Amino acid sequence: MAIRVEHELHARRRGRNLGLLAVLVAFVVLVFFLTVVKVRSLDDPRAFQGFDHTVRPAMIPQDGGS
Amino acid sequence: MSDATLNPSVPAGPNRDVPLAEAGFGDYVALLKPRVMSLVVFTALAGIVAAPGPLHPFIGFVALLCIAVGAGASGALNMWWDADIDRLMRRTRSRPVPAGRVEAGEALALGLALAGFAVMMLGLAANWAAAGLLAFTIFFYAVVYTMWLKRRTPQNIVIGGLAGALPPLVGWVAVTGSVAWAPLLMVLLIFLWTPPHFWALALFVRGDYGRARVPMMTEVRGDRATRDQILLYALLLIPASGALALSAAGGPVVLAASVGLTALFAVAAWRVWRRDAARSEADGWAAERRLFRLSLVYLFGHFAAVMAEAVLGTGWSAWGGA
Repeated sequence: MAIRVEHELHARRRGRNLGLLAVLVAFVVLVFFLTVVKVRSLDDPRAFQGFDHTVRPAMIPQDGGS
Repeated sequence: MSDATLNPSVPAGPNRDVPLAEAGFGDYVALLKPRVMSLVVFTALAGIVAAPGPLHPFIGFVALLCIAVGAGASGALNMWWDADIDRLMRRTRSRPVPAGRVEAGEALALGLALAGFAVMMLGLAANWAAAGLLAFTIFFYAVVYTMWLKRRTPQNIVIGGLAGALPPLVGWVAVTGSVAWAPLLMVLLIFLWTPPHFWALALFVRGDYGRARVPMMTEVRGDRATRDQILLYALLLIPASGALALSAAGGPVVLAASVGLTALFAVAAWRVWRRDAARSEADGWAAERRLFRLSLVYLFGHFAAVMAEAVLGTGWSAWGGA
């Protein structure tokens, strides 16, 4: 009698692992495209720099600079 | 699933949460109650489509996904809490937790994680008002309905029905950032639709709820009172449906759907009302089954009409502006 290496349990575990992989990949894709859409929806690129609340030289008006 | 046949009767007791068979990916999907989720997605989509204002299609997709995942999280939390009574009912005993394929703690963890994910993502993608509403919806279903009401009062599905009614409002707020009358009327429609929908089902599957000691209207107040209540809610749906048809989300398409579907539903509810249990049993609960099926068509038809109205641009606002 042949020894069955592949048990139904293994197929079930593989299915579960592949399912989890698909969910994680989908999450990465989701966050990536959400970021792209959010950034592109900004009219003024300087507003994007303002998201981290850090002063950037590019944001300071030229007339006011010393 | 075929696994249910491996454990047809899982004994209740302190070890009931120990899994007897290893779960597959489908078991975790089943925890999210995909059939309930499909109804939530459909009504939430109607809220998104009908809402005025621009919305990037991808943001709309993410909002819809978050609402669906939030509904799934509610389902998982419900299965965690109700595992003891789920194993007593024929309809639910093959669910992953009572069948022993998934531990109750796993359902709890999955529910909490997905709830957190859905609320955070909706807040980041759309706005925090919609995220707050989604959090409230999950809380209402998992805590107010599942933990507080379901086993205590025959009004469980009436009050708990609010959780299932809120998705179109969440969808609308995800687009506009504010509440309006039109989505509130959508909520009212689903809220008033839920009791006759569930009680029509409870009339012909009542043995199940009795075994689990869930105080459904049919068990606590009896057959006659349930039929009276079904007719009452069917009549209350007439002004609710009419108001939706005349709201900002309405138009000639919604009005036509409202008149046709409400008339059909009211007649079907009246037929159920004028029968008694003996007569229903004689023909295999034909009128009750018909009302249950029609209730699905009723809700689907209304929200399909709302979406069609928005897509065609034939709403009342277009008529007033002409």
